[in-house]
Amino acid sequence: MQTDAIEARLTAIFRDVFTDPALTIGPDTTADDIAGWDSGRMIELIVAAESDFGLRFTTREVDGMARVADFVAIIARKLAAKA
Amino acid sequence: MSLCWLPDLTDWPQACAAAGDLSFDGFVRLASTRLDASRTNQLDRLLARRFPDGAPGAPGTRPVRLAVLSSATVAHLLPAIRIGGLRRGIRVETYAGPFGAYWQDLVDPDSGLHAFAPDAVLIALDAFHLSALGAEAALAHLRDLWRGVRERFGGPVIQQTLLPVALPLLGANEHRLAGARHATIARINHALREAADAAGVDLLALDDQVARHGRDAWHDPVWWLRAKQEVAPAAAPLYGDLVGRLLAAGQGLSKKCLVLDLDNTLWGGVVGDDGVAGLVLGSGSAEGEAFLGLQAYARDLAARGIILAVVSKNDAANALEAFETHPEMLLRRGDIAAFLANWDDKARNLRRVAASLGIGLDALVFVDDNPFERELVRAELPMVAVPELPEDPSGYADRIAQAGYFEALAITPEDRARAGLYAANAERTLAAAEAADLPSYLAGLAMRLVWRPFDAVGLARIVQLVNKTNQFNLTTRRITEDEARGLIDDPDAVALQVRLVDRLGDNGMIGIVIARRDGSDAFVVETWLMSCRVLGRGVEAAMLAVLAGAVAERGGRALIGLYRPSPKNAMVAGHYPGLGFTPLEPDGATERHRLDLSAYRPEPGPIRIDRG
Repeated sequence: MQTDAIEARLTAIFRDVFTDPALTIGPDTTADDIAGWDSGRMIELIVAAESDFGLRFTTREVDGMARVADFVAIIARKLAAKA
Repeated sequence: MSLCWLPDLTDWPQACAAAGDLSFDGFVRLASTRLDASRTNQLDRLLARRFPDGAPGAPGTRPVRLAVLSSATVAHLLPAIRIGGLRRGIRVETYAGPFGAYWQDLVDPDSGLHAFAPDAVLIALDAFHLSALGAEAALAHLRDLWRGVRERFGGPVIQQTLLPVALPLLGANEHRLAGARHATIARINHALREAADAAGVDLLALDDQVARHGRDAWHDPVWWLRAKQEVAPAAAPLYGDLVGRLLAAGQGLSKKCLVLDLDNTLWGGVVGDDGVAGLVLGSGSAEGEAFLGLQAYARDLAARGIILAVVSKNDAANALEAFETHPEMLLRRGDIAAFLANWDDKARNLRRVAASLGIGLDALVFVDDNPFERELVRAELPMVAVPELPEDPSGYADRIAQAGYFEALAITPEDRARAGLYAANAERTLAAAEAADLPSYLAGLAMRLVWRPFDAVGLARIVQLVNKTNQFNLTTRRITEDEARGLIDDPDAVALQVRLVDRLGDNGMIGIVIARRDGSDAFVVETWLMSCRVLGRGVEAAMLAVLAGAVAERGGRALIGLYRPSPKNAMVAGHYPGLGFTPLEPDGATERHRLDLSAYRPEPGPIRIDRG
């Protein structure tokens, strides 16, 4: 899956989790950019992404997720490994 | 491990967008859809946004202030607990204390817990923490906690059983290794049953849930290590629902009555078409055993105080005959407190069930294999619980069990006698309840009647439908495949096959009508039949419009409708008069009715007509 397709699906997940249908994200978006992105929301994001993309993140991968680009890269790598 | 008994809501984003001015009842309805962890949290936030001063709660429910005492992280469970309450109309406010400090929170009169002043307390200590104490000390600690809670706060105390999270060291004979965690947890859980009963504490039996779903579904080491969440975030919706059940049971809000459909729910097949002997039920086939499984579960529920009722689209005589004469039936007529087999819509019949039993509609669980009927009842009577069913009847009983509708905290001798009492009372009155708003529901279904003349592709299904339909069948005239093929190009016949499509899906070929020119300008309708699956939806009127159009195209000016009574087709005795036909002289046992096409105007109905 292309990175922009992954980012599009992540956008939908972020909109759901932050209950904001107009939310936009980019590769450099971090928790500082979105109001309410705390550790609880981070868990929601990860659980939702795992279920949406059908994969499981490792402890180390979750540790390394700070920017949206990190999400995209890890998801792309895991999907490629599955294919 | 989804809330699989609840229907999935496909237009979730739209529902969320409209939540700003949604009523509390609307929120209860949203909570009664298949929410995953993400939707559960979203709904909780939308509810708080909509009711900043707290949600009102449904009439007849009491708000609950629930404190969760835990040694692990439980913040991610609180939204799910609030939604588990909302699903039952209960407003639940929650409190979780500072991490790891439950004991201080309890004993310090200036703590957040005391400021919150709970009227219910859930003790959710993690298994790592408790099993480290050893079984005896863990139980003593819990007894101290229960006593401490009781001395300070009123209301129910709920104790979560331990999640079996520890890894085995020996294997199957783990209990032989002194002090092994795995065995200690099992020992604590075993002893908790008696200890909790003695202390008047109710259990939240997570170990039973793990036995069903597996440890991995409930506990995820990643989240335990990352956030000390013993219960995995994905399991939160079910956790919250389990807590909601206990709170509702404590307020007497659990369901009281199981209402069962008959055809393809309690037995396989359609009794009106297949006859009692043709039903799939009982030993001899795996599917027949599966239907018996639901009967056995219903019987066992009745034995512990759940009332049973039947609501089925059937002639009462056919339905009763199966109950009275089928040798494999486990349920008997006497087990059923309210028995409604007729052709009225099911929402109306469910109102009658509730009225005749003297219980609320919100005490009913309605089980039906037909998605159309389930949707109709949910739309008309949102307070009635209607579980989604798996495709295979072998899973029906299990689905009802998973939904936890009948959660109870205790069992009394009155419970065991209740079913009989209700049955006696219900004989008395089957009051007519107010009519459901059927037309608006039908309009919302976006039904399309798709018709075609007979063609080679449809022949097999046409012949099958004509030869097996008994109830909605005006003449019960059978047909061979050759005969049907001959009708394809017959200029003096109109032979139509009809499908019904709606927003729930394609119902397939559901109607056949055959009319022949009688030598003059009239066409005689020698066959008109419909599948009983689509009754009560205005399909007859739409079929008449198609038939009249096709006959007029052939130069016909009138329709002669025939009705030949049989033991099974009493339901269509009023078919032609209902459509505006005028009675003619009967031909022996066959009634004849006439409709002049010059005087016929199709009634606008809820069904769009398309040529297929």
